[in-house]
Amino acid sequence: MPLIVKDWLADHVELPADLTAERLAADLVKVGLEEEAIHGAAVTGPLVVGRVLEMSPEPQKNGKTINWCRVDVGPEHNIEGSRGIVCGAHNFAPGDFVVVSLPGTVLPGPFAIAARKTYGHVSDGMICSTAELGLGDDGAHGIIVLPRDMGFAAEDLTPGQDAIALLGLGDEVLEINVTPDRGYAFSYRGVAREYAHSTGAKFTDRGLATGAEPSATPDGFEVRVQDGAPINGVVGCDRFVTRIVRGIDPSAPTPAWMKHRLEGSGMRSISLAVDITNYVMLDLGQPLHAYDLAQVSAPIVVRRAASGERLTTLDDADRALDTEDLLITDSPEGAGSRVLGLAGVMGGASSEVGDTTTDVLVEAAHFDQITVARTARRHKLSSEAAKRFERGVDPLLPAVAAQRVVDLLVELGGGTADPAVSDLDNTAETTPQKPIALKVTEPTRLVGVEYTPEQVRSTLEEIGCTVTDGSSVVEPVETLTVTPPSWRPDLTEPADLVEEVVRIQGYDQVPSVLPAASGGRGLTAEQRTRRSVARALAEAGFVETLSYPFVGTPEYDALGLPADDPRRVSLRLVNPMADDKPLMRSNLLVTLLDTVRRNVSRGLTDLAVYEVGLVTLPWADAPAAPALPGGVRPTDEQLAALAAAVPDQPRRVAGVLTGKRELSGWWGAGRAAGWADALAAARLVAQRAGADIIVSADPDRMPWHPGRCARLELTDGTVVGHAGELHPKVVEALGLPARAAAFEVDLSVLVAAASSEPVVAKPVSAFPAAKEDFAFVVDDGVPAEAVRMAIVAGAGELLEDVALFDVFTGEQVGDGKKSLAYSLRLRAVDRTLSANEVRAVRDAVVESAAEKVGAVLRG
Amino acid sequence: MSTPDEKAPIDPLDEAALDAAVKAALDDIAKAGDLDALKAVRTQHTGDRSSLALANRGIGALPGPDKAKAGKLVGPRRGRINQAIAARQTELEAERDAHVLLEETVDVTLPVQRTTTGARHPIELVQERIADFFVGLGWEIADGPEVEAEWFNFDALNFGPDHPARQMQDTFYVAGNGDRDSNLVLRTHTSPVQARSLLERGVPLYIACPGRTFRTDALDQTHTPVFHQVEGLAVDKGLTMANLVGTLDAFARAMFGPEAKTRLRPAFFPFTEPSAEMDLWFPQKKGGAGWIEWGGCGMVNPNVLRAAGVDPDEYTGFAFGMGIERTLMLRHSIADMHDIVEGDVRFSTQFGTEI
Repeated sequence: MPLIVKDWLADHVELPADLTAERLAADLVKVGLEEEAIHGAAVTGPLVVGRVLEMSPEPQKNGKTINWCRVDVGPEHNIEGSRGIVCGAHNFAPGDFVVVSLPGTVLPGPFAIAARKTYGHVSDGMICSTAELGLGDDGAHGIIVLPRDMGFAAEDLTPGQDAIALLGLGDEVLEINVTPDRGYAFSYRGVAREYAHSTGAKFTDRGLATGAEPSATPDGFEVRVQDGAPINGVVGCDRFVTRIVRGIDPSAPTPAWMKHRLEGSGMRSISLAVDITNYVMLDLGQPLHAYDLAQVSAPIVVRRAASGERLTTLDDADRALDTEDLLITDSPEGAGSRVLGLAGVMGGASSEVGDTTTDVLVEAAHFDQITVARTARRHKLSSEAAKRFERGVDPLLPAVAAQRVVDLLVELGGGTADPAVSDLDNTAETTPQKPIALKVTEPTRLVGVEYTPEQVRSTLEEIGCTVTDGSSVVEPVETLTVTPPSWRPDLTEPADLVEEVVRIQGYDQVPSVLPAASGGRGLTAEQRTRRSVARALAEAGFVETLSYPFVGTPEYDALGLPADDPRRVSLRLVNPMADDKPLMRSNLLVTLLDTVRRNVSRGLTDLAVYEVGLVTLPWADAPAAPALPGGVRPTDEQLAALAAAVPDQPRRVAGVLTGKRELSGWWGAGRAAGWADALAAARLVAQRAGADIIVSADPDRMPWHPGRCARLELTDGTVVGHAGELHPKVVEALGLPARAAAFEVDLSVLVAAASSEPVVAKPVSAFPAAKEDFAFVVDDGVPAEAVRMAIVAGAGELLEDVALFDVFTGEQVGDGKKSLAYSLRLRAVDRTLSANEVRAVRDAVVESAAEKVGAVLRG
Repeated sequence: MSTPDEKAPIDPLDEAALDAAVKAALDDIAKAGDLDALKAVRTQHTGDRSSLALANRGIGALPGPDKAKAGKLVGPRRGRINQAIAARQTELEAERDAHVLLEETVDVTLPVQRTTTGARHPIELVQERIADFFVGLGWEIADGPEVEAEWFNFDALNFGPDHPARQMQDTFYVAGNGDRDSNLVLRTHTSPVQARSLLERGVPLYIACPGRTFRTDALDQTHTPVFHQVEGLAVDKGLTMANLVGTLDAFARAMFGPEAKTRLRPAFFPFTEPSAEMDLWFPQKKGGAGWIEWGGCGMVNPNVLRAAGVDPDEYTGFAFGMGIERTLMLRHSIADMHDIVEGDVRFSTQFGTEI
């Protein structure tokens, strides 16, 4: 993002002499240009101008030749009339003015300079190159000779002079962030305007036409726009100005002041012609291109790429072009036969200005934002030009900017402006600034500050709008007709103008008024249940964790999921964070187990953890979501199509236990966590959700142990989850402590199944209870739950509670049998039970258990 | 133990002898060191063979006028002894009880917790606190899908297909079936819930939406590709930016204490106009109280209202969003994002079940 060099900004707006980078940042942030960073002074310490007095080449054993120099660094710094400095470079001579970093200087890096012994001398400082001063690498790694390389006049230089001030290396530099709607702020012109809005400082708009810009001439360089495939009906180029400057001295250096400004703004100095186009771009915001006139054959044709065309761009990348790419071409073998560059994005290598260029063709054009944005994105080329065009460039700038380039090429390069000018200009048709009807009360309606009509009008005029009184025939309030300035394509709606009013008047003027909401219904049942479940698990000793939902096939393999398991059907990301985890989890355990592994690897082995989160359940052949425009309510059919394309994402709860559920301690040995703890937690979740569930064995559900897995179902048979011990193979594959247990249940299904009706309370009986115990012998394979249900069915409505208090196998009950002992509590609402009544219940229970599960009452 | 009575039974009218017997009994009672000794004293001084019992028995043999006199002399003295024994009995029982309980003393500093301690994840707790604040204002809490249609994530929020801001967001895209695009993304913000809620619930609308969001940022100390935001949206007749400021100020105070306040700076978001960055005055800021960035906000862009079928000339609204992780890190001085996302139980355990 843009770096702001203060003395450059001062070309456009009056700045206080003592303006610090911090103050500037504070002034700009008020109007919406945010500080990205303040870059510290590039160089500190005694960096001075030196004059080389003597230079003795000394060949070394390593084959290099070094120069042992005596350099005059001024009376303040000289020791016996000069200082001795060793230098490895050779591109300077005695008498040259150079830059010397004396001991104590800190160069960019940071790199602290000290006197050091080298090649048999004490080198008392360093003679600097551009790279060492952070002024960019000139490629030659050579020493800066100030008059030759920086354009200083020798008579202005004195040994000992402060080179930090001379080269502008001591300023803190503000870097700002420009939001996508404010393309014009990608220029000193725009930033200065904003500074003026913030502070009231006097601003001079140097982007306006001065009248010096010549009109097109019949002999101007011919340009054709032949856009066969406009995007959204917008022709890719609506303005193309060319100017020609002849007879430039190809060796003319970029002057120091320009280098300093460019490099301070974060741009490398390349050559005078290129530097000038960059300079004017940064100054005004108009991207420009300089061609070697000798390398361009008229006419220039602006057209879309043909299929199969390629271009080597200035960054040496050979690129396959897309038929949407807008190209600048010339015509050596017929109109548009050769590609010169990607319009508004980057030029090609072939027509670049070079070391021998004397005649320059300057291009200043205006390209469609979307065309440029798509090409930049497609080729991953975020050039300075593209950054500006995709945000919108002032279409009135090209002629002004081209004139500035011509003036600078003439002044600094010794060229002559050619009278031939071309200006293909369709901007009147393509980018008119549409007038906006603004009710003068609209800012107050949206902002809540009483702006006067005068404030509204003057603020909009201040940002460059033309404001006229609109018709107030229809509306009872005054309406303004506001035409935004050419550099503000973002202003299209009244709300945009309101933002300008509140921005310039100050966001700090907006008062703080808490609105009275219309009154809500509180949390939904689902939201309350989610909290209740999460808290119940935490209070049962589980720790809540969160995991990323990204998984890969190996994670499903580790769970032992069969190849055709529906849980392997997962949503796939185009651009995952990690190539081995491109899928969205279809269950929670798969990622929760990864969290468990991390904890175990950190020595935390007695674990009870849980996660509440969404899983993604895509269906095969899901339709694509429709691509619909914004700003318009979709039809009900379109909304239905959107809903149908978004995969089901139920909320699940999963938990894992490893190690001890009850810890060992001075009280004795603890108890290992097991299948029952996982099932108890799953039942707790269901209970908190208010859903009735039925538990049965599930011998075929990875990742669980086939003999220790419970399936949880709703009373209608809908499976809501599983709980139990993990399969030993899974435990081994994941490196978990033995006998780890886990559960996963679908909270969304449980919540949907829970009754939303209020509980109808039963009266609490104060009559005495009768207690009856039973020991039933059943076949080993009969589930305890079946026995319990038989007892409940037999006991009828007098049953208050039934508890299984013993399970026993052994010789006394016989092979393949087990004994289950139950304690029943019987009670009536309205009377004390008689002995006969109790006996009748007892008989009914025995009969029911015998009939339903073959139970025999143990003697 | 003195046994003067064995030699000579006391004359029930001999006041001095009676007093001597009482004194001897009281002395013995006082000297009884435990309940067994007291039991022996009781037998000796109040039993059938005790001198006062014998004296009492002797009253019957006295002539009429002496009977009454002797009764008045003997009865109260026996009463005094019984009272003294009862009092001593109570004293000795208390001593015995205290001794027994003392022997049952345990070390109450022994570790007592036999199960691991559970805890909520603080990211969830912060979201619940935020939800409670907005419910308290009379707002409702909305949820939305994490895998979202691009239309809800972008277009409905005024990010056109070529909008530069659409590129700013580092979006996870979902693969389609075969060659075609799915037009689905992992939501890059909680803002799609704006359009969903407007379409589903209509206006007036006051909702907050805490939830999980995704951007392709690598995990480091301050970034995570999976993070959380809270979105707020109010659409009603007559809502202004002043109402936005009022809501944010109240929210800041609820989360960061009574000194907290907010400041707005001009900014750009496609779905709000005017838009603002929101700074929070944070008294606990390291190195001294100061402003820190907290989130983005603004007045709902008319195009967003139109996309949801709401007339922007009739209704206005404001919206805001902030990062939950950032809020948590600020509030609890968490320096490293890794701690929040790694699922190490030691991190969650610090927070318990309420923050």
